[in-house]
Amino acid sequence: MIDVAVVWAFIIAFAVFVYVVMDGFDLGLGMLFPLFPKKEDRDVMMNSVAPVWDGNETWLVLGGGGLMAAFPLAYAVLMPALYTPMIVMLLGLVFRGVAFEFRWRTTRERNLWDIAFAGGSLMATLAQGVALGAILQGIVVNGRHYGGGWWDWLTPFSVLTGLALMAGYGLLGATWLVLKTEGALRDQAYRLSWWLLFAMLAAIGLVSIATPFLDAEYARRWFAWPNIILTAPVPIAVAAITALLMRSLAAKQDYRPFFLSLALFALSYAGLGISMWPYIVPRSITIWQAASPDNSLHFMSYGVAVLVPIILGYTAWAYYVFRGKVRAGAGYH
Amino acid sequence: MFEGFDPVILARAQFAFTMSFHIIFPAFSIGLASYLAVLEALWLWTGRDVFLNLFNYWLKIFAVAFGMGVVSGIVMSYQFGTNWSAFSDKAGPIIGPLMAYEVLTAFFLEAGFLGVMLFGLKRVGPRLHFFATLMVAIGTLFSAFWILSANSWMQTPAGYSINDAGQFVAADWWKVIFNPSFPYRLVHMVLAAYLTTAFVVGAVGAWHLLKDTRLPGPRVMFSMAMWMATLVAPLQILAGDQHGLNTLEHQPTKIMAMEGHFESHPHGAPLILFGIPSQAEGKVNYAIEVPKLGSLILKHDLNAPMAGLDTVPRENWPPVPVTFWSFRIMVGIGFLMLGLGLLSLFMRFRGKFYESRLLHSFALAMGPAGFIAVLAGWVTTETGRQPFTVFGLLRTSASVSPLAAPAVASSLIAFAIVYFLVFAAGTIYLLRLMAVPPHHDEQGPAGNVPSRAAGITPAVGATASGRAS
Repeated sequence: MIDVAVVWAFIIAFAVFVYVVMDGFDLGLGMLFPLFPKKEDRDVMMNSVAPVWDGNETWLVLGGGGLMAAFPLAYAVLMPALYTPMIVMLLGLVFRGVAFEFRWRTTRERNLWDIAFAGGSLMATLAQGVALGAILQGIVVNGRHYGGGWWDWLTPFSVLTGLALMAGYGLLGATWLVLKTEGALRDQAYRLSWWLLFAMLAAIGLVSIATPFLDAEYARRWFAWPNIILTAPVPIAVAAITALLMRSLAAKQDYRPFFLSLALFALSYAGLGISMWPYIVPRSITIWQAASPDNSLHFMSYGVAVLVPIILGYTAWAYYVFRGKVRAGAGYH
Repeated sequence: MFEGFDPVILARAQFAFTMSFHIIFPAFSIGLASYLAVLEALWLWTGRDVFLNLFNYWLKIFAVAFGMGVVSGIVMSYQFGTNWSAFSDKAGPIIGPLMAYEVLTAFFLEAGFLGVMLFGLKRVGPRLHFFATLMVAIGTLFSAFWILSANSWMQTPAGYSINDAGQFVAADWWKVIFNPSFPYRLVHMVLAAYLTTAFVVGAVGAWHLLKDTRLPGPRVMFSMAMWMATLVAPLQILAGDQHGLNTLEHQPTKIMAMEGHFESHPHGAPLILFGIPSQAEGKVNYAIEVPKLGSLILKHDLNAPMAGLDTVPRENWPPVPVTFWSFRIMVGIGFLMLGLGLLSLFMRFRGKFYESRLLHSFALAMGPAGFIAVLAGWVTTETGRQPFTVFGLLRTSASVSPLAAPAVASSLIAFAIVYFLVFAAGTIYLLRLMAVPPHHDEQGPAGNVPSRAAGITPAVGATASGRAS
């Protein structure tokens, strides 16, 4: 059945996905900073995302704000449950966000802001991955409140998903660099892409193996007949995309590695959706239980229908304006 | 540690702390974005280099301030969930959509065009670039519209009903958005943002004029800023007065706290200028007051009766001393602003506008005045709403997350350390940028960008540079 709550579940999922892939590559790029010690390389890296990072991060605000608006009960349960990872993520985003400007305003402390940029990106990524794991493993709900302890989020599984997201964002960042840079910098980005791809595949594998053990329902959903007809294509597609990605890396193509990495993310994300549906707080609260009253959802639907296409339009334009390779010395600053 | 603390107090402290830091930046960037749009329009219209130099000068400052505003704003948007989850559950169906519209109409617009505004002048040409600047400025105003609508609804809720789950549900979105205090609050805040920016711009101009009265850039910015002070400061005082009347109608307890009226005055209330309000004793000690003036200001009648906090149950009292003092700070600064505006007008007529060291020193000293007034104003209106989050309907103590005090305390400490580090550095960088005067051929944040896009699209890059020149 398709009702307005389902539509909104997809809208929130869409916003979160756009956030993950868009801020994903600039967070990944931040985490790769320590591997590029030369100032010129770092200038190029930062300039490749400086004009767009702010727009990327706005999707996080839509994801969070939209969740509060469309599924207030889920927001009210999830945020206290994920209290520590959320605070860590926010602090990480503060550090890395200001680094974009501060780095160019000082020579003496530039190194410090480089560390803040890399460290903040790492904090935010790890926290997001851990939060994802904590959601998947289930959340204790008591009435309309979070009912667990404030260390519940920390388990081996959530640490695993945290590391998995680091590898994934790293891959997005490295393939973005392949797309936006030239010369030695791009060569190093190719090499890193291989390692990060292997790390991400290993992580996807481990998470996929661990997930069915979290809850019998996850296992049934993926492996029981006839569900397997629908779920089997996901791992098969992952294998196919991986093969294509390896070929394009070996052939030193510019664009394909980044977009194939995005495709890997899309597949992993679809896999998460298959596991979670129709729960928004797994095993406790469904999207219908958490949904805002219809008139709130309807009121926002008009805005989304009209505004999101416009937003996507001018976002695409901004990317188009800053298309092409970024060169050392051609700094925006 | 912290077990003795009340999680409600800690959550409020955290919100107040992060909010106080955050409000500084939008207050500045709303005004500055409009100022930049005006400067670029003047440059396009007159072709005078001084406007382009000023534009690029303030653009760099905008970029640093905007970055800090963005990151502190993301914190705000998640704090509703982390520290105020019960509020999010109950008021989410109303507050959430208003904030979602802020994201959709404002944040994306600002962020989407910011890159072009900061780095794209030579890539897209002046006309498209002006369009981007305009979009950023409009975005900041849309943002003010929605966030003040949400805040005003929490102050003067209207157009709602309450469902079985205890949630506020909109019965009429029009009434929710345009709730009774919203127009007053919006006007008051936008004017405050414009004044805040004007006083910063004026102080920077004054600082450089004190050293050299002939500098063209500082002359222009100082003059523009002082016109703003002359024209808008009186307007703001009028808007504030109207806002006060509206508050008296819808949130009388807040007015009682602001005025220090613990007691009712059946035959005309005095205006208490200064004094030491005591919440416990329920009176203002050492009060210096003007008889009947309170009634005259608030009801335009010397003998109009005014109810005091003695008509309100004690558990519904706002914290009077804070509200009382922050209100006086805001009003005091408002009149100082008016004074500077009038002095600058006087100096213009005397022909000493660019030479008067008195005027320049005064303007320099007033540089941070807008920030202090905005902070004091927010403290007044937010503490005056206590002990409610949704005025009269949802108590603050029923709004918090089910968290233990140590969790809230440790995150508060983390925020305090990080904010002081990061925003202190940012303030230093801002002051450094302001310390040098805008010079001839001022570069934007983009610096000397080769207009040709390297690599794959040389032809398109070349046309862009053709348009730019």
